[in-house]
Amino acid sequence: MIGKKDLEHIGWLARLELSEEDKEKYTPKLNSILDYFGEIDKADTEGVEPLYHVLPMNNVFREDVPTRSLSQEEALSNAPKNQDGFIKAPRMM
Amino acid sequence: MASINELTERIHADSSEEIVAEYLERITNSRLNAFITVSKESALLQAQEIDAKGHDGPLAGIPIAIKDNISTKGIMTTCASKILTGYIPPYDAHVIEKLKNAGAIIIGKTNMDEFAMGSSTETSFYGPTLNAWDMTRVPGGSSGGSAAAVAGGEAPLSLGSDTGGSVRCPASFCGVVGLKPTYGVISRYGLISYANSLEQIGPFASSVRDVATLFDVIAGHDPRDSTSVKREGNYSPALENDVNGLKIGIPEEYFGEGIDRNVEKSVRDAINTLEELGATSMEVKMPHTKYALSAYYIIAMSEASSNLARFDGMRYGLRTEDHDWHTTFSHVRADGFGDEVKRRILLGTYALSAGYLDKYYLKALKIRTLIKQDFERAFKDADVLIAPTMPYPAFKIGEKIDDPISLYLADVETVPINLAGVPSISLPCGFSGSLPIGMQVIGKHFDEAAILRTAYTFEENTDFHKEGS
Amino acid sequence: MYENPDGVMIGLEVHVQLNKLRTKVFCGCTTDYHNDPPNSHVCPVCLGLPGSLPVINKKAVEAAIKVGLALNCTIEEHTQFYRKNYYYPDLPKGFQITQYDFPISSGGYITIEGEDGEHRVGITRAHMEEDPGRLVHEGTIDKSKYTLIDYNRSGMALLEVVSDPDMRSPKEARRYLDKLRNILEYLDIFDGDLEGALRVDANISIMGGQRAEIKNISSHKGAERALLFEIVRQKNVLRRGGVVVQETRHFDEAREITLSMRSKEEAHDYRYFPEPDLVPLKISGWAPAIKAILPELPDARRLRFVEQYGITDDHAKALTSERKFAIFYEDVAKKVDPKMAAVWVCDVLKGELNYRDLPVEAFNKEHMLSVIYLLMNKKITEDGAVDIIRTLLDKGGTPDEVVKEKGLLKVEDDIVSTAAEEAIKENLQAVADYRAGKEKALNSLVGAVMKKTKGRADARTAREILLDKLG
Repeated sequence: MIGKKDLEHIGWLARLELSEEDKEKYTPKLNSILDYFGEIDKADTEGVEPLYHVLPMNNVFREDVPTRSLSQEEALSNAPKNQDGFIKAPRMM
Repeated sequence: MASINELTERIHADSSEEIVAEYLERITNSRLNAFITVSKESALLQAQEIDAKGHDGPLAGIPIAIKDNISTKGIMTTCASKILTGYIPPYDAHVIEKLKNAGAIIIGKTNMDEFAMGSSTETSFYGPTLNAWDMTRVPGGSSGGSAAAVAGGEAPLSLGSDTGGSVRCPASFCGVVGLKPTYGVISRYGLISYANSLEQIGPFASSVRDVATLFDVIAGHDPRDSTSVKREGNYSPALENDVNGLKIGIPEEYFGEGIDRNVEKSVRDAINTLEELGATSMEVKMPHTKYALSAYYIIAMSEASSNLARFDGMRYGLRTEDHDWHTTFSHVRADGFGDEVKRRILLGTYALSAGYLDKYYLKALKIRTLIKQDFERAFKDADVLIAPTMPYPAFKIGEKIDDPISLYLADVETVPINLAGVPSISLPCGFSGSLPIGMQVIGKHFDEAAILRTAYTFEENTDFHKEGS
Repeated sequence: MYENPDGVMIGLEVHVQLNKLRTKVFCGCTTDYHNDPPNSHVCPVCLGLPGSLPVINKKAVEAAIKVGLALNCTIEEHTQFYRKNYYYPDLPKGFQITQYDFPISSGGYITIEGEDGEHRVGITRAHMEEDPGRLVHEGTIDKSKYTLIDYNRSGMALLEVVSDPDMRSPKEARRYLDKLRNILEYLDIFDGDLEGALRVDANISIMGGQRAEIKNISSHKGAERALLFEIVRQKNVLRRGGVVVQETRHFDEAREITLSMRSKEEAHDYRYFPEPDLVPLKISGWAPAIKAILPELPDARRLRFVEQYGITDDHAKALTSERKFAIFYEDVAKKVDPKMAAVWVCDVLKGELNYRDLPVEAFNKEHMLSVIYLLMNKKITEDGAVDIIRTLLDKGGTPDEVVKEKGLLKVEDDIVSTAAEEAIKENLQAVADYRAGKEKALNSLVGAVMKKTKGRADARTAREILLDKLG
């Protein structure tokens, strides 16, 4: 069960600000979903390997050959804030 | 609904511009809300160019609608999310490059569930898309706009993406044909990821033949996608009206509790029809199906929680008022994502977090192994599997949106296919009242030929696909 | 045996930029961005645009294997990439593609000159990852009103070399860093002079206590200073009866102190999981072929220099401690007396370069050869040779020009002979003292000869001639 404190922690981990109202709203729904997920506990997976990639592929590479980059203008074209060619982010602290 | 062949003839007789203008007009007059962005000017310009210069591509001058999670250079791409407001990709997805080379004309970007998270196209920031057969009902999702556009005659072809059924579900609800290819057959380069290990881009059309033609155009190896396989698309020759000797597996677990009786009957009738045409059928056991839905959602949410971490308002998209970095980041996301996306990010974050990784994420991946083995076993005996695409026909708008679990349960028939990475095509096979019913034909890895041939044969010998909305 | 009185245990995590590759690790953007405008060498992949996908640079994997082998590591049969989920504006995807379980190489060691002679430092692992972008703050990070981001560096191939906590003093840590950098340069996969080429995080504990992790160290000297400060700090905490807490500390390079970075961010939970957009690697089979073409490494070259050129081990060690120097020496040694070359390259040139904080490229190899030829032909004195080297470093020009300008050509023996005769005549007291057995008196005669020849005589020759004339 996820409590309010857990939800606050997960919200912080996910960088999703949650209002008090959000927390009220989400907690029961998340818990009912997790409750449903609990179904998988019944599956016997003893000795079963996890499947990360559905196709057994290995060793996919590219050669060390330069390809076209975006122009600075293209790179900045979607940035809400930029300055002197840099993308502008808020202060760190 | 016009086929590629009919349209090509008309383009030669009249012009691509005329055709494109007709479709644009239909979009403008439509109430379905199938599109987020209509690229009217660039589409008409492209059509004029093709009319002037000619083009020998297989889709020369033919309009196509693209799901709004596929990057289109110069055309806004939003994933139906507020957080990507105004984002104009500076590059084309691999499939878009392929379509342009084939002469296709992009007429717009279609509505979808926000970040492809849903089965009803109700979670879009741009409002729900309506079902052309009954406007009080959902078109399915998450590629609801793409399916509705084809069903409503607003585009002859479209692309969607299928992470857990997002092509097949709306194909089924809208009475069109939709294909989820084998994982790796179509490059994901430019597809905005929801759950990378599960999803594929897939084509929609009103017939199996057109789906195959479109599939041929967009399939093929792409060195920019490490999970792309080295196979080129050449599936149209598989379209033979012949199922003689075909062995159909019927997974009984897909006909169990919760399946609408009309749906079950239509699909069983369809199997009978194929048997009359020379196929044989057998029951196959897929004992781990009951765990598929949970495993799917845990994997998809986990991957999504990481994929969606890049939306911070710095390089693109929504930016809220500046505070310190971490606060700003949290505000951008609180403001930019809708409820369902937030739920999935929170649950995915939880499933990967310290202390819960083994219980959820790893356990789900082990179940994924078991599901894949279920399919391998079934395909030892059967050439294809046939099952309902959705447990019921299109439901009412608003009916399930406040109850996530009942909405997730709608995917019970489609998600195992993505977990196993096998191909599946959904095509119309009946009606429940006025609502279309879809069945899915599921194949072995890379055996799209078998499912296309089965679907084509069924289509050639029935009339379900000809009924208009 | 080194006693390690404070029980110091230091482990280092070194981020090495594979900056000699042509392109970044997961995309085709160039690595040659150092003098270019911000955000001018980026693409959808390294800018983290939605829908972009990474593809591994094969050469980066080969370079990682090279390093692994050079550090005596095992190259793993199965290796794969993971996502490390955390948020910082320099990280365009909100996660870093790195390695976690199944790193490309592990279980090696580096041999350094330790406090008590040769000392082995274990290498826990060396794994591949991508570099974040570069942040620019106005003033300091805590005062800046905003943050500027340049993603040109984003996606550069990094190798994180993690050591065991085997270093017992800041000096050993510095030697480890010097040695590691040297090995990397020998492998020709890395240019340590480029900005941001090598970044260090240090873990340090004393007396078996908790360890502090120090971040933001950008030089070898900085590492030594940061660790020295940290030992003093931790000792003071213990002396006051306190307990050293496990924490991350920031090295303030200007003030040479470490500062606690304790904050909410401390509660890291990186939620590692395998990168679904990259498939696993099975590349241990490449190792034998790469090993076969691995260049000669510093320790091997040192042994060969002693053997092949007959120079002392001290010379060989000093000459091979920097790849460029070793190459410089060997090019010179092949053409002249190698022992003489060792003296002039190692004892003289290296000292003069270090004094001026100049790299070996600042001195022309041909000039070194000219100077040694002049010496071998007895055209100049040893002091004259030193003068030439200093002048070339300070003012430029060629050895011939310096010789001419400064009149450094050694005077002929007959002129020395004449000067010696004059010196004997003019310093009768010294001659008498010498003859009376005062050996030292000879020195004043040599000095007189040198004075008469304005220093251009060779002191040893002057001495011999004087002895000869004094019978």
